[in-house]
Amino acid sequence: MENLLLMMAPLFSSKLLIVLLFGTLFGLILGVLPGLGPTTGGALILPFTMTLDPLSAIVLLTSIYCAGTYGGAITAVLINTPGTPAAAATCLDGYPLAQKGEAGRALGMATVSSTVGGIFSVIVLVFFAPVLAKLAYEFGQPEYFALAIFGLTMLASIGEGSPIKNLIAGAFGILISTIGKDFMTSIDRFTYGINELSVGIGFIPVVVGLFAISEMLTQSTLLDQVFKRVALKAVKLPSLDDYKKTWKTIFRSSGIGSFIGVLPAEGGTVASLIGYSEAKRFSKEPEEFGKGSIEGIAGAEAANNAATGGAMVPTLALGIPGSATTAVILTGLIIHGVRPGPDLFREQPDFLYGIFGAMLIANVLFFIFGFFGAKLFARITLVPNKILWPMIFAVSVCGTYSLSQSIIDVWIMLFFGVLGFFMRRFGFSVVPVIIGLILGELVEGTLRQSLVIFDGNWLMFLTRPIALTFFILSLIALAFPLLRTKKQKN
Amino acid sequence: MNNVQNKKRANKSLPFFFKDEFKVFFVIIFFSTILLISTFTFDKVPPILNRGIQPATFPKGLLVLIMFLTTIIYYLSFKNPWKKEKKLPKPFFLTILSFILFVIISKTLDFFLAISVLSIFVSYNWGEKRVFYLILVGIIFPLVVFIFFEMILGLRFPPGIITNLYYY
Repeated sequence: MENLLLMMAPLFSSKLLIVLLFGTLFGLILGVLPGLGPTTGGALILPFTMTLDPLSAIVLLTSIYCAGTYGGAITAVLINTPGTPAAAATCLDGYPLAQKGEAGRALGMATVSSTVGGIFSVIVLVFFAPVLAKLAYEFGQPEYFALAIFGLTMLASIGEGSPIKNLIAGAFGILISTIGKDFMTSIDRFTYGINELSVGIGFIPVVVGLFAISEMLTQSTLLDQVFKRVALKAVKLPSLDDYKKTWKTIFRSSGIGSFIGVLPAEGGTVASLIGYSEAKRFSKEPEEFGKGSIEGIAGAEAANNAATGGAMVPTLALGIPGSATTAVILTGLIIHGVRPGPDLFREQPDFLYGIFGAMLIANVLFFIFGFFGAKLFARITLVPNKILWPMIFAVSVCGTYSLSQSIIDVWIMLFFGVLGFFMRRFGFSVVPVIIGLILGELVEGTLRQSLVIFDGNWLMFLTRPIALTFFILSLIALAFPLLRTKKQKN
Repeated sequence: MNNVQNKKRANKSLPFFFKDEFKVFFVIIFFSTILLISTFTFDKVPPILNRGIQPATFPKGLLVLIMFLTTIIYYLSFKNPWKKEKKLPKPFFLTILSFILFVIISKTLDFFLAISVLSIFVSYNWGEKRVFYLILVGIIFPLVVFIFFEMILGLRFPPGIITNLYYY
């Protein structure tokens, strides 16, 4: 009861409500614009959060996360271009249904299933995160090391694209985290006499570069692309028949999305694809999928929004990000002096339940905004790239400069922008780089401290049951793509 | 599907050093080797103070892992060649050029001027020829962002020929 009251706290604070409203609206706009999304948006807004108190800052970031994930569905349905990667599966049936003159029905179903998926996942978060946090009390340095390795291997195996390329990208992210003074001995590594590098490479220049600037370069190669827009009169609530047809799919996908979200991976994107394929597998009309199936929209949208709450579970309970956007949220927590983990649950329950409550309210808010404002948000896509991207560049540059007031950070951002473009061009996902960068210090720190505990004996890792379990799970995670490929060949 | 197969076939017919697989393999191995060599120049902790591993050991391990995995993807690409990517269009190279201009101008003249020049340059080369919109993206919007960061976040931008007019 006390926790429920704490969850409702944002409703009674005018400041938090304004932050929530702004975050939801901003998240929707980011979600609607192809190429942007909650990760880039979160990274761009991170410097602005420095003017806010920690709770307001994280509420802002989480509301952007929830609304941005849903916003991608609007463009997926109306212009057959997912606003976010997580909405890719929504295009498969959303656009064909819109072409049949039922854009309002398609968006209505996307809105309802996203809201249900989002709320379902917040409930999972409220009950599951404290349990995981309690388990984490049993963790020592070797267990955290094994957990971080498990996180990275999961990311490689169930993320998008080639698992080996994902592993390379993850290792590269960890390598970036080693630049600067070694935190145990203060010895310079990869600094080459440049003073600015001795404090290491900041998270924001890398994220903004890999997401915003590399996307700007990608857009420069797509200038001749023409979108076929479908007209939208108004968003319609699904009919009783639609609900009868889809309620099982919505709840199944909500469960799938929450589970996938908990695993450290590219949360929403993978969740929506699995949610969609499971909806097809259980459907009585699988032949309708790809031609405008309402179940297809429900399956994909419930799953991708359910992944938002799921991805917050390891982020808050263990300090291991469940997705790229939660990596940004984790950075927000750290720069505001909040250390995620079991102690957070014991010492600051009001802060945590405030976040849970804010996520719940954000899901309701994007339902209202989405329902009444989808037509307006869809018009944002009319802003031409030749105007939009130079503006995003100006915000990216100033935002990146603002954190350390260092021009070197801006150049690092540009470098990672170009690098990110070529990585994506050759099939390397940039998300593992971000997660690797975030987890780098944890991986190296816990490894080195474990070796101190074990007196340099690596085999001692195998004597710790929890660590051993994570290592076995990591091996399974690495073997999984090989088995999947073999099965597909057979 | 046929397109992908055709692209794959087209990629197969190129000499190996022109193929994307080799270029990516070469670039990663080349830079990893340079970085690996530089790890041997890191200072070492004296044995009496050393607990666990040396500061260079962890990056060395990562670089060896990256090189090993890169070799695997290159080997696998013999069986499954990557699809050939389309040639990059002119606006891409102009955008890269604008980044270089940005770095030069922000270093030598002015940070704000660099943002304006890049915005106008990119917008124009991406097809925007209307003067009002070029002024909007190149002057009005950067000015709004500048004032917002300066006044709300209390940020002080680096000195330069235009920024100095504002500060002094």
